[in-house]
Amino acid sequence: MRAPLRYAAVVALLALGWKALALGPAGDVLPHPEQALAAFARQLGRAEFWGHAGASAARSGAAMILAWAVAFPLGVLMGSLPRLDRALAPFVTLTYPVPKIVLLPVFFLLLGLGEASRVGMIALILAYQILVTTRDGVRAVNPKYLDTIHSLGGTYRHALRHVLLPAALPHGFTALRLGTGVSVAVLFFVESFATQRGLGYFIMDSWGRLDYADMFAGIFGMSALGVALYEGTELLERRACRWRARRGA
Amino acid sequence: MLRAEKLTMTYPGGRTVLAGVDLELDQGRTLAVVGPSGCGKTTLLYMLCGLAAPSAGRVTLDGAPVAAPTPDIAIILQDYGLLPWKTVLDNAALGLTVQGVPRAEREARARAVLAEMGLAGRERDHPARLSGGEQQRVAIARAFTARPKLLLMDEPFSSLDFITREKLQQALLDSWRQRGTPFVLVTHSVEEAVFLGADIAVMGGRPARLARLVPNPGFGEPGHRDAPGFHATARAVRAALAEV
Repeated sequence: MRAPLRYAAVVALLALGWKALALGPAGDVLPHPEQALAAFARQLGRAEFWGHAGASAARSGAAMILAWAVAFPLGVLMGSLPRLDRALAPFVTLTYPVPKIVLLPVFFLLLGLGEASRVGMIALILAYQILVTTRDGVRAVNPKYLDTIHSLGGTYRHALRHVLLPAALPHGFTALRLGTGVSVAVLFFVESFATQRGLGYFIMDSWGRLDYADMFAGIFGMSALGVALYEGTELLERRACRWRARRGA
Repeated sequence: MLRAEKLTMTYPGGRTVLAGVDLELDQGRTLAVVGPSGCGKTTLLYMLCGLAAPSAGRVTLDGAPVAAPTPDIAIILQDYGLLPWKTVLDNAALGLTVQGVPRAEREARARAVLAEMGLAGRERDHPARLSGGEQQRVAIARAFTARPKLLLMDEPFSSLDFITREKLQQALLDSWRQRGTPFVLVTHSVEEAVFLGADIAVMGGRPARLARLVPNPGFGEPGHRDAPGFHATARAVRAALAEV
């Protein structure tokens, strides 16, 4: 089944369940799906809603780029330089299980209430996933590939360029793609405080005004953002790793 | 040309896999190395090309010590070692890329060798789209593109079917006749060793040593595979293997 059809089938199934809930016990607080859809369509015609969506997309995009720029090269280096890995691994191992979201107040204190703290929070959470997955992927690179490059007289620099970076790309992208879900969840959280821009704010504001239809319009918007980020990352991965797409073709 | 003197390899745990191996290969000659699995044939090749440092002994090429990999010695690894993210052309030109040869020149040289190997038109494909035989041809092309003085091969045809294997053995022999590049071939197939080796080195024992050097009269002559001399040499190699 093609991707749009798959999505349509899932949406239809969810709408049916929702409708049943709205007709039943949750009827007092849950708008009917068609009411929520109408609200979403109405909001899509408003520049203000697009402003919120744009702010959220910019925060997510900036966080993903920042996380990738720091964690991917560091993961490649840690995976290929045992000394560096030995030095940094304890730090990663100790801090990886700590729920980074609890550091949000610290980020607000250190970086202020502006964009830097919000983007930094999302980037930090994403970066850990990219770092660990990339490092483990590089460690698992087939040693034959490294023997190949070294047998041709290649140095570590050549191995980095021709073996380690391309071999690490699929691992980094997988982490980034899986991280989009976490990224949107954290985005909602960081937009719930001290800001009046973003879909997270829009949802919480609508909820506070008891405008549940608009609240769902915001939820739709955030879901669409999550899907767009996921699909966008997958597209990037397909472009950067064409050799994988062709496998078995 | 190539000379290995008293090559010994002892792993950090103290296990010695090779002890005092002497080898010599003159310009234009070929040498097949046979021995049971795990006797250290691959380790020997890695030491010959500088990928592994011997615990004792030394390797020289034209009198110069081989302490690290050099473009003068090309090695075709078991399972070919093609990089899956690079195209056929980029894989074939990899040695030249590492040497810093300009793109136009390295691509022209790689294209020419790929065409010789019957891979014209496949330059933009990735290895996953090639058959085992085609992948092996790319590995051979990569080795020849760098124009090495010496070619080393680690069981290059072991994972191929019978027909493809014989075709590629013939292609390798043809390339050797044309270029004269000497090669050392490690194999566990006696027939392959007798078809491709001007001399056959038989390894065995624990730790492994060079037990015997079997000469191969008639090597390289047309119809050698079907000649009585071929079978006589094969019998001699088998007898030597049974003794080690």
